[in-house]
Amino acid sequence: MAFDTFQEFLAMGGHARYVWSAWGLTAVLLLGAVLHARFERRQLMRQLKRRLRREAHQAGHAGGAQPIPTSRGRSTNEA
Amino acid sequence: MWAFLNKLRSPKWFYTISARLQPWFWAAALILIVTGSVWGLAFAPADYQQGNSFRIIYVHVPAAFLAQSIFVSLAVTGLVFMVWKIKIADMAATVMAPLGAAMTFVALFSGAVWGVPTWGTWWMWDARLTSMLILLFLYLGVIALRGAFASRDSASRAASVLAMVGVINIPIIKYSVDWWYTLHQPATFTVTGRAAMPMEMWLPLLIMVLGFYCFFIALTLMRTRSEILRRESSKRWVRELAEEAN
Repeated sequence: MAFDTFQEFLAMGGHARYVWSAWGLTAVLLLGAVLHARFERRQLMRQLKRRLRREAHQAGHAGGAQPIPTSRGRSTNEA
Repeated sequence: MWAFLNKLRSPKWFYTISARLQPWFWAAALILIVTGSVWGLAFAPADYQQGNSFRIIYVHVPAAFLAQSIFVSLAVTGLVFMVWKIKIADMAATVMAPLGAAMTFVALFSGAVWGVPTWGTWWMWDARLTSMLILLFLYLGVIALRGAFASRDSASRAASVLAMVGVINIPIIKYSVDWWYTLHQPATFTVTGRAAMPMEMWLPLLIMVLGFYCFFIALTLMRTRSEILRRESSKRWVRELAEEAN
């Protein structure tokens, strides 16, 4: 351990501003990238299903396609 | 080999195989980045000249590595797309560019705040810093080109060409510290020769670099899958997939 106390760790020997701003930006961007990717995937899945439902609805009985149930829990995203 | 490459160009095959690979890269990225961060921030000894500000290196160097590697990836996928018309390469290029731009920004920002206590200035128009700034503009150009055309094919080709031309900047960044007199210190990692820092500083850096690469691969797999859903939404297998996901 390079620091004796947690306060010293936070202070970074007087360089807290520099160290934590650089690390903070990195953390925010990496985390943001993950959250964005998750959101993007859910959004696309939702759109795709909505489109399928609409088309199944328009096709009516002619197409014979089953409408997709609307209510469901959290999607199995990692499919 | 050829059969493998042929399979690789099929979005459906990519979608299946990436689902299996993805969790491993996420897990590796998480473990490596957490380990590297704790080690680098709390356990690595302070630098005898720079004190604790040197801990910025653990985000600065991995980000700079990724920034350059991702641009090379854009050039390679651009070439593959232009020569063989492989769509999956273009999809990957589309999703990689924003991460590359973000990593370039991290490298520039962390370098600037590191420069204040170390060099006494946050910016200098020296070769390394300027060529990194040009890299950021190249990324923004590639991203902007994708949005600037009505036809996707034209946009993809324009972005590919810019990436293939812009990649000339990468060796300039790499050798800038040798070719010109710069403020920036020479490479921390060298393929040959011994490390420029003691083991207990160097090892967490290596772990962070590997972690960032795993993160890049995991994110690219995940977002390329999304891009497939976006572009191939009228394909039969994508529709079946959406129905199964219920």
